[in-house]
Amino acid sequence: MAKVVFTPNVQRHVGCPTAEAGGTTVREVLEKVFAANPQARSYVLDDQSALRRHIAIFVDGQMIRDRAHLGDAVKDSSTIHVFQALSGG
Amino acid sequence: MSDKLLVSTRKGLFTVARKAGSWDISGVDFLGDNVTLTLTDSRNGRSYAALDLGHFGVKLHRSTATGWEEIAVPTYPPKPEGYEEKDMWGRELNWSTAKIWALATGGPDEPGTIWCGTLPGGLFRSNDHGRSWEMMRSLWDHPKRKQWMGGGADLPGIHSICVDPHNSKRVWVAVSTGGIWHTEDGGASWVQRGDGMRAEYVPPELAHDPIAQDVHCLVQCRAAPDRMWVQHHNGIFVSSDEGKTFTEITDVEPSVFGFAVVVHPREPDTAWFVPEIKDEKRIPREGKLAVTRTRDGGKSFEVLTKGLPQTHAYDVVYRHALALDEAGDRLAFGSTTGGLWVSENQGDGWACVTHTLPPIYAVRFA
Repeated sequence: MAKVVFTPNVQRHVGCPTAEAGGTTVREVLEKVFAANPQARSYVLDDQSALRRHIAIFVDGQMIRDRAHLGDAVKDSSTIHVFQALSGG
Repeated sequence: MSDKLLVSTRKGLFTVARKAGSWDISGVDFLGDNVTLTLTDSRNGRSYAALDLGHFGVKLHRSTATGWEEIAVPTYPPKPEGYEEKDMWGRELNWSTAKIWALATGGPDEPGTIWCGTLPGGLFRSNDHGRSWEMMRSLWDHPKRKQWMGGGADLPGIHSICVDPHNSKRVWVAVSTGGIWHTEDGGASWVQRGDGMRAEYVPPELAHDPIAQDVHCLVQCRAAPDRMWVQHHNGIFVSSDEGKTFTEITDVEPSVFGFAVVVHPREPDTAWFVPEIKDEKRIPREGKLAVTRTRDGGKSFEVLTKGLPQTHAYDVVYRHALALDEAGDRLAFGSTTGGLWVSENQGDGWACVTHTLPPIYAVRFA
């Protein structure tokens, strides 16, 4: 199962402990994580379920490119980091 | 009379309370976070606070007996697959709450109802004290809604909501930029209002088009709801027929430009404004901070400066940062440079509470 690590900066707003979930894309993994932690969802995704403008996601060190559909591939051994993008100031 | 203010700032929500005749900061919540607006529901005493957490989006909190709890935030419906809508730069318009810009309570016969206006233009209603929200698709899907443009922000937004004090199904909203919209049936259908307003920033043939009007703030007199006041990008306008038609008020010293307006709850001819040099500079004229007041429906204005800084004051007062209490005697306003002033005599004299707050976005009596 892929490991999902959230930025420490979100923790004071909503608890986002490191989670593990299966899936072949970022979307599949994150949907499982948010199903277990629904309040965290809107902190990472916007109303259209796209990645928020100033959130960056890395899969095994590579920033994902499909910010609308989160279709980037994930392996069972992957680590997904959900970070604040520097672009947000 | 209200003895408490909620002051929304770039770095937290400050509570200011009156004690022994003096107004002082008595508490702070959400310190470090961007609080953009509050609403206190006089029907039950609950307060609501809108936050813009930047990276993490817009959030809404509601007061509890011991603090605050996060509640649902208005959420836009899924955009239909393949549906394209561009903003004024040709970029895809994201159907997602970018800012909460208006909060208002429903009428006394709708105890759980809260109205919420947002960027990029969605109007929402909650019937359960903010636990859930329903978008007013009738307004969002109105074909003319796509003509709304950015004004106070890059995206269009609803910043003013007036609920008829005698009939909760009658509501007016104002859009920057998109004029005034009115429903008679609780939001099932909407019509444009606001004939008589005038826009200088469009070609002459569009100057009087109601949808081109950049209303900065719309308010309605509670005791005489026929009377509405507008602080507009191009000046001050007054209506005596519920916003169907407006008359422009000109030649007001020191300026007709500003963002905020409040109207007395029982005296429709009495209203207050905070004037600034229009419109590229947006600072008080000659560095002198002033409030203007009319008591005769706009025929004449007094310039109120007692207790306000009269040298090198560059305070800008945003549309939600001027407040009047329910009794109609106490006023307060806050500025982009962190100044907060209170008057207990309808603006005749002012006392500075502090001038070191973070930029102030909204001031409300609670």
